Amino acid sequence: MSTDHVTYGSAGTESTGPGAEDPFAPGYDTTEGRIFNVSGGDWDTISAAPEGEKERIVVNMGPQHPSTHGVLRLILELDGETVTEARCGIGYLHTGIEKNMEFRSWVQGVTFVTRMDYLAPLFNETAYCLAVEKLLGITDDIPERASTIRVMMMELNRVSSHLVALATGGMELGALSAMIYGFRDRELILDIFEMVTGLRMNNAYIRPGGVAQDLPDGAEEKIRDTVKLLRKRLKDTTNLLVDNSIWMGRTVGIGYLDLTGCMALGITGPVLRSTGLPHDLRKSQPYCGYENYDFEVVTETTCDVYGRFLIRVNEMEQSLRIVEQALDRLKPGPVMVADKKIAWPSKLSVGSDGQGNSAEHIKEIMSESMEALIHHFKLVTEGFKVEPGQAYVAIESPRGELGCHVVSSGGTRPYRVHFRDPSFTNLQAVAAMGEGGQVADIIGAVASIDPVMGGVDR
Amino acid sequence: MTDMTAPLPVIPPGVTNLELLDARDGAFGVKGSGDTSGFGGLVDPRVMPGASQAPFGGWFDEVAEEIELSLAEQGLPFASATEKVVVDRGEITFFVRREHLVAFVRVLRDEPGLRFEMCSGVSGVHYPSDAGRELHAVYHFLSITHNRRIRVEVTAADADPHIPSIVAVYPTCDWHERETWDFFGIVFDGHPALTRIAMPDDWPGHPQRKDYPLGGIPVEYKGATIPPPDQRRSYN
Repeated sequence: MSTDHVTYGSAGTESTGPGAEDPFAPGYDTTEGRIFNVSGGDWDTISAAPEGEKERIVVNMGPQHPSTHGVLRLILELDGETVTEARCGIGYLHTGIEKNMEFRSWVQGVTFVTRMDYLAPLFNETAYCLAVEKLLGITDDIPERASTIRVMMMELNRVSSHLVALATGGMELGALSAMIYGFRDRELILDIFEMVTGLRMNNAYIRPGGVAQDLPDGAEEKIRDTVKLLRKRLKDTTNLLVDNSIWMGRTVGIGYLDLTGCMALGITGPVLRSTGLPHDLRKSQPYCGYENYDFEVVTETTCDVYGRFLIRVNEMEQSLRIVEQALDRLKPGPVMVADKKIAWPSKLSVGSDGQGNSAEHIKEIMSESMEALIHHFKLVTEGFKVEPGQAYVAIESPRGELGCHVVSSGGTRPYRVHFRDPSFTNLQAVAAMGEGGQVADIIGAVASIDPVMGGVDR
Repeated sequence: MTDMTAPLPVIPPGVTNLELLDARDGAFGVKGSGDTSGFGGLVDPRVMPGASQAPFGGWFDEVAEEIELSLAEQGLPFASATEKVVVDRGEITFFVRREHLVAFVRVLRDEPGLRFEMCSGVSGVHYPSDAGRELHAVYHFLSITHNRRIRVEVTAADADPHIPSIVAVYPTCDWHERETWDFFGIVFDGHPALTRIAMPDDWPGHPQRKDYPLGGIPVEYKGATIPPPDQRRSYN
């Protein structure tokens, strides 16, 4: 149905006022009210460019574009196929996580931060928990088993995150097989997460003071088997791309950013290591006992998309090495600090339907110990207090330096939590990597940064 | 909730240069009814860690001395560039006066003995009770050469929310300063294009300030109503 006229009621007429001219809808008065004509104007008068100005074509790539990694909006100014200017529009996934955390207890914060960089949830949780533990002054009291489990889970998470980076990056450049096999292998790791934490994503597994629960029976064997399987499969998957001349044609020399550029723009992670600088916080400022593991910091010197791809491939191999060492280091023991006021009082168990409270704990507080019930109630609803002060903890996430700045005013809730997300900082490099190149190479450059918009916008 | 004139019976030992954040009274957030718990008379001052005096310990002294020397070369005494130095929980914080921030961070970047190549960005913290310096901008710097990390904190008043931009020294702060402007309303003078980054361009207000409400609606479930998070009972 098409109409030439849109009729508004008389109330609408009065609000615009008689005689008010809308530049986009000229109108005239009738006995039924004012009638607006929205049939539009002459295109030539609208688009007539000023004399002598060169034609500019500005293309909005995204925010709904499959190859922009979620809701990234690239604003590209083009001259033919050449990108003359590239700008990023972000904020489409801003969810106010940092603000929300100021209204929840310290422990509940974990549930929020895990949703930031959703491909590396365990890193967000660890950064936050390490910061809270630093504020509490209990960094040295974390049981060794808890730290070892954290390291193991983080490294598995690094593999799954890099697999997504390769899978989506490959898909965006047309290598669909890499996508299929990358997601297939990631599934193996998500199965482990599901077994250990009850959830595949948004785990909220790492808590201030330790981890939510110990590894279930059979987890260690399953992880060992999976690591063996992954070793073989990763080789198959990456063989599709390493030395593949089409892949190299799309990635070698593309998205160039040297060490000076990385330093100025604050770039960390694989992008920085592709310039040859072996900067890895796991080595330089170890946390969670990383100094006890034998692994190498992978670097390349090509400064391009291909170098970053190779770094991710080789880092997965190193991560599997760390996972195996962590499995060997696992000794029986507690997985939460001894301080009952900090340790999450509600013991959890993974039931057949996922995560839930342990039946023994419910029995104890509901029918055996009044004091246990009171403590449970106080600690769950109110939580623990943290002495005033601030702390900054940075860890090496799959994308670079993931920093967590936490301020406490002495209460049971964070006063301010800020995440320095590596995706956010690294995305600033898009202009430096892409300007002057082809439109198609912008895709490769963004894929090599591997931004996760949940982390960028928070 | 806040009663700044209340007597402060407790001053934590070892804290000098008190920086009172807040003083809370009572224990259960109940106001306007009889105190049957006996906790109503409690007054709990919340004090941020106070200023530290040299020696700060470890490499902190090396960094502080190096900064002092380098600033002196430019004719800028350390005491006039910085407000105070706080060492707490193994981290060192330099409170820098905003008019000297750019000179200060340039020294951090360029001096061979300091070499803080990497800026981890800036974020804001809003302390409404810190009269005259409500807005704090917090910077973290990493020296890869020396493997050190320091924090720089700069304050500004709500009435005059201006802090010089350090984008010229650390280009990485471009987006971070835009984000801090967006969420806290701190104006970074000299930023090449200080526009909102996460919120829509025409958004009113700066959402992460303490005077900006969280928002939310009550949720009804099986007849019971649960208020939004910012209106629930707070034990803070």
